[in-house]
Amino acid sequence: MTEQLFDLTLTEDQRITRESLQRYSDTELNAISRSSDENSVPPKDFLDNSMMLGLSILPIPEAYGGAGMDRTPLSNVLNAEDLGRGDMSLAIAMLTPLAFVNTVLDQGTERQKEKYLTPLAAEKFVAATIAIMEPRATFEPSTLETKAVKKEEGYVINGVKSMVALGESSAFILVIADLEGEGPSGFIVEMDAEGLRYTEEKCMGLRPLELSRLHFDNVLVGASAKLGENEKTLDLQRLIDLSRLGTCALSVGCCQAVLDYVIPYVNDRVAFGEPISNRQSVAFMVANIAIELDGMRLMVLRAASRAEQGLDFHKEAYLARTLCAKQAMEIGTNGVQLLGGHGFCREHPVELWYRNLRAIGILEGIASI
Amino acid sequence: MINLELPQRLTNSQSMMNSIASSIFRPVARKYDGLEHTEAPKELEMLGKLAGQGDGAVAAATKSGDERVAGIKNAGNMSGIIATTELAWGCCGMMLSIPGVGLGNAAISAVGNKEQKERFGKLYCAMAITEPSMGSDSAGVQTTAEQEGEEWVINGEKIFVTAGERGDAVVVWASLDRSLGKAALKSFVVEHGTPGMTVTRTEDKMGLRISDTAAISFVNCRIPKSNILGSAEIADTEEARRKAFGGVMQTFDNTRPQVAAMALGIARGALELTRELLKKEGVDPQYDKPLYSSTALEAEIYNMEADLEAARLLTLKAAWMADNKQPNPKEASICKAKAGRVGNQVTLKCVELCGTLGYSEEQLLEKFARDSKIIDIFEGTQQIQQLVVARHVLGKSSKELK
Repeated sequence: MTEQLFDLTLTEDQRITRESLQRYSDTELNAISRSSDENSVPPKDFLDNSMMLGLSILPIPEAYGGAGMDRTPLSNVLNAEDLGRGDMSLAIAMLTPLAFVNTVLDQGTERQKEKYLTPLAAEKFVAATIAIMEPRATFEPSTLETKAVKKEEGYVINGVKSMVALGESSAFILVIADLEGEGPSGFIVEMDAEGLRYTEEKCMGLRPLELSRLHFDNVLVGASAKLGENEKTLDLQRLIDLSRLGTCALSVGCCQAVLDYVIPYVNDRVAFGEPISNRQSVAFMVANIAIELDGMRLMVLRAASRAEQGLDFHKEAYLARTLCAKQAMEIGTNGVQLLGGHGFCREHPVELWYRNLRAIGILEGIASI
Repeated sequence: MINLELPQRLTNSQSMMNSIASSIFRPVARKYDGLEHTEAPKELEMLGKLAGQGDGAVAAATKSGDERVAGIKNAGNMSGIIATTELAWGCCGMMLSIPGVGLGNAAISAVGNKEQKERFGKLYCAMAITEPSMGSDSAGVQTTAEQEGEEWVINGEKIFVTAGERGDAVVVWASLDRSLGKAALKSFVVEHGTPGMTVTRTEDKMGLRISDTAAISFVNCRIPKSNILGSAEIADTEEARRKAFGGVMQTFDNTRPQVAAMALGIARGALELTRELLKKEGVDPQYDKPLYSSTALEAEIYNMEADLEAARLLTLKAAWMADNKQPNPKEASICKAKAGRVGNQVTLKCVELCGTLGYSEEQLLEKFARDSKIIDIFEGTQQIQQLVVARHVLGKSSKELK
């Protein structure tokens, strides 16, 4: 095998997919971004129509009705970036079942793949989601207050999960809970399980994502619902790292949208007799967006390409998250600043991106690649 | 195919350069920092001979065949980044004092003709651009070159010439006709000992002390006609003039990533030393807790590592583009801007995090913090890099965005 060189060239497949997803983003997503935010829900047929992109079906094995393509973290971050450019909330909505699929493929047993992936390989959009976050200021993924206890007939789950994407409409919910005596484990709970209650969770942004709080009150699941069953224990770190890369890639896309929007604005906007972009104080803010954005993108690509090559990528994902959480919000707030008072008005999208980008430093377990 | 890991050849040269830096540079870095304005360090003579035939970049020391897979190259610009980073990790001042590898050598190998490469290739050549009344504004050069018979007559004053005293020759930027602006700007090789050329002083600096920084005056200094680098023609249309100056500025597309690499090396040196010192005291961040569940000290380390890694990847990207003949003026400035500022912030933060150990001369941390400042200034200041990036991103001319 020839040794691989440092290279930033897309493969032919990636280039073609990139072109079509960017077009989709710039037209379809862009057109409904504002109304979806205002209505706190995407247009009625949006998610069903998005199935034509085949995002979540691609990696499902052919035996279970999918396309049986190789699962590729690298292509997934490129896709997340391109969709995030159009609208981060809608992108997450589209990628939520894929994140579930990826995790089951990664950490589930063959039986679980068959049981949970087959229904997702449908023509219509079937939601499935992952619930990790909990409603506490000091929440961290390794210390969970949602508890599972082993019983004869399976597992009993108690606790509250927060900001669950597509929470109420998901057929399957992968709940990460602390299993007594074993630590963090995943349990696949089916919609409307007994003892499961949903409350709507309206947030600053990501409004079309139908974020919900899920209350587990002695929810009983069978022994076969434990991810990996008795064959493997949950690799929570891997799930967290892959999710962080997904959200980082979404933030790269959204920040690219900010940059693309402010450039013509500052070039056209005249003050003191000339375009405001003729002033260094304005121009340098734009330059810094470009500088930091490219750094974010390369961090995400490096971690994802390591993941794709089967190399350890924990540290790279951690550092990518650290940089993206900081810089994405900086870019978000400067996007509004560059438009002045107009940026504060909902006539322009920068305030929407500002609200969405605030989530990047918070989200865990979402958009796993 | 996207891959941001370095190939074996580059990691080999990385460890070779690192062992030179740790065995030759580090043990004497403190000593020479105190002995500024001394002769070139004797420890560097051997290295100078290795670097040898005036190929310009420090990379010459490890020069081996380019690697090419599926039309993609990881070549000289990238190996230059690797070598510069490791040597600057050892001591940036010493790296800049290696005989035979001055910036002038880079210019000669980039634009010199075959005969010039032979004549000057073995000399240690410095680069003289800056003048007392002119800093970042390269077009404002006041030094003149007038043709008289078979000679050029140089008049003017240059400052901040790295290796301007120790070198064998200086590549001088001078104008053929000051009324014609940038287009008349040319570079000339002037050898030490030429009558009319005098080193008037060497600067006492905050950092990079071992590296000599000279002021040189030229009074009716006569050099052969064949010492001009590139053509003596002055472009006659506005368009051609802009192009001609663009050609001069293009050197920066290759050199800025190399200077960014100096910042990467110094900052990584500081960060590694900081982690060593902290580890002895039981602080050893393992990327295991979210940023805000970590201690403030750990969080600072994570933030610095993230910024430094972004700077490193941006620098590799710019060099990779140069190796693959993709135009990279924006990327060259992006990496210099990010690495320059991160290098400075990291080294200063490391001093602070280590308290009295950081501030004391007992460790190299305070030296790294002094050395790093100039990296955000020379080869285009932070502000100049932002200006270049902004013009590219916004599609502005230098007239519109001043």
